[in-house]
Amino acid sequence: MYLSIKGLSKSFGELEVLKDIEVNVEKGKVLTIMGPSGSGKTTLLRCLNALEEPSGGVFTFEDGFSLDFDKKVSKQDWLRLRRKSGMVFQSYNLFPHKTALENVTEGPIIVQKREKKQVQEMAERLLAKVGLRDKMHLYPHQLSGGQQQRVGIARALAIEPELMLFDEPTSALDPELIGEVLGVIKELANEGWTMVIVTHEVQFAEQVSDEVLFMDGGYIIEQGPPKQVLKEPKEKRTQQFLQRILNP
Amino acid sequence: MSLLNNVLLTITADMGGWELFKNSLLPMITGGIKYTIPLTLISFAVGIVLALLTAMMRLSNSRFLRAPAVAYVSAIRGTPMLVQLFIVFYGMPSLNITIDPFPSAIIAFSLNVGAYASEIIRASILSIPKGQWEAGYTVGMSHSTTLKRIILPQAARVSIPPLSNTFISLVKDTSLASLILVTELFRRAQEIAARTYDFMLIYVEAAILYWVICFLLSLVQEAIERRLSRYTAR
Repeated sequence: MYLSIKGLSKSFGELEVLKDIEVNVEKGKVLTIMGPSGSGKTTLLRCLNALEEPSGGVFTFEDGFSLDFDKKVSKQDWLRLRRKSGMVFQSYNLFPHKTALENVTEGPIIVQKREKKQVQEMAERLLAKVGLRDKMHLYPHQLSGGQQQRVGIARALAIEPELMLFDEPTSALDPELIGEVLGVIKELANEGWTMVIVTHEVQFAEQVSDEVLFMDGGYIIEQGPPKQVLKEPKEKRTQQFLQRILNP
Repeated sequence: MSLLNNVLLTITADMGGWELFKNSLLPMITGGIKYTIPLTLISFAVGIVLALLTAMMRLSNSRFLRAPAVAYVSAIRGTPMLVQLFIVFYGMPSLNITIDPFPSAIIAFSLNVGAYASEIIRASILSIPKGQWEAGYTVGMSHSTTLKRIILPQAARVSIPPLSNTFISLVKDTSLASLILVTELFRRAQEIAARTYDFMLIYVEAAILYWVICFLLSLVQEAIERRLSRYTAR
C-alpha cells in the first residue's frame, strides 16, 4: 500500500465537504474517483496535494511519513506532502509566460536544483512521450487545449513524483481532443504509475482503473473494482448517477 | 482659435521672439537634463520599490503589516502633492531636519509614486488567476518563489500601462519642485519669463519640452509592452 487515509474530513466554514473518508491508494494502481458535482471528489484530490488543508484525519505513506491533521502540521511537512505528488488541473494552469519546454523544466531546475542540461534532456523526452516534441518551443496560447493538457502532464511528471493526481483532466476539452489526453494517461497506467484520477469519463474509468470510488455528499458511497461499481453498482445513488451520465 | 493666433503672433511677430525661443532652449533643456529627468527616474525607481513593498504588505495575512500600508496609501492619496512637498522642504526644518531642495523633492515624489503604484501592483497581482499560484505550488515552489517566478512576471505585463500613466504624470508633477527652489525645467522657464516678460512664449516653450519628453517616454512604454506581451495571444 502506498498511502492510507484515515478519518479525513474537510469543512469550509459551516459546510462539511468531506466526512470521515477512508481510502487506501495502492502502489502502482489507478484509483478513480467519480461522483456528481459538489460530492467532494475534487476536494479529496486537492487534500492529497496540500492545495486544501484537511480539517482532520491521518495520512500514512509507505515510507513511514505520516501526517496528523488533527494537530498542527509544520511547514516542512506541508512541502514534503506536496512534493510527493504531481498535479494535472482541469484548466491546465500552464505558465503562460513560459514555453512548453520551460513549463516542464521550471520545477526541476528552480525547486529541485537539478542540473540544467540533464533536466532539458529529460523534459524533451517527456514532451516527446506526450507527442509534443515539435511543439516544445511554443507558448501555451499557441497550443490547442489537448496539447496544453499534455504539456501539463509532462510538467507534473518532470518533478518525478511518487503519485500522479488528475483533476478532471478532460472536462475543459473539446470532445475530439479528449482521446489524445486519455491516451497519455492510459500509457502512464500501463507503465505502473500510482495515480488518483477524478473524471466523468465512465468508459475511460472502466478501462484504466484498478479501483473506483463513488462519492456523494462528502461520503464515499461505494468502492470496488470498476466492473462492479460501474457495471453492477449496489447503491441506488451510484445507479442513478451512472444512468444520468450514460444516457443524458 | 484666437488664442492660438495670439500664440503664433507672439512667437513670430517680432524676430526677437524666435531669438528668445532659441536662446532659452539651452537653459531649459539643461534644467530638464540636470533635474527634471533625474528627479523623475530616481523618484520612480524608489517609488516602485516602495510600491512593491506596500503591495506585499497589503496582501499579507497579518493585520500588523496591512494596517500601516493602508494608512500610508490613504494619507498620500488624500493630500495634495504640493502640500507633501512643502511639509518635507519647509516643514521638516521645524523638527531640526533640514533637507536640500533636490533630495526633498526625491523624498516627496517617491512617497507619492509609492502609494499610487502600490495600488496598481496590488490589483495586477490579484488579477492573476488562482490556478497560477496552485500550479506553482504543485511543481514544489514555496509561496515566495511562486510570487517571484510565476505571478510577478505576469502581473508586470498587466501593470505596465497604468504604471506608465503614473510615470508620465510624474514627469509633469516634477514641475512642482520649482516651488521648493529646484532649478528644473519649469523653474528655468519662470526665471527667463520674469526677466523678459515674454510669458506666453516661454511657457509654451516649456510645455512643448514636457510634451516631447512625455512623447519619447510613451515610445519606450510601447516597446516594453510589446516585449512583455510576446507570450499572449493577439
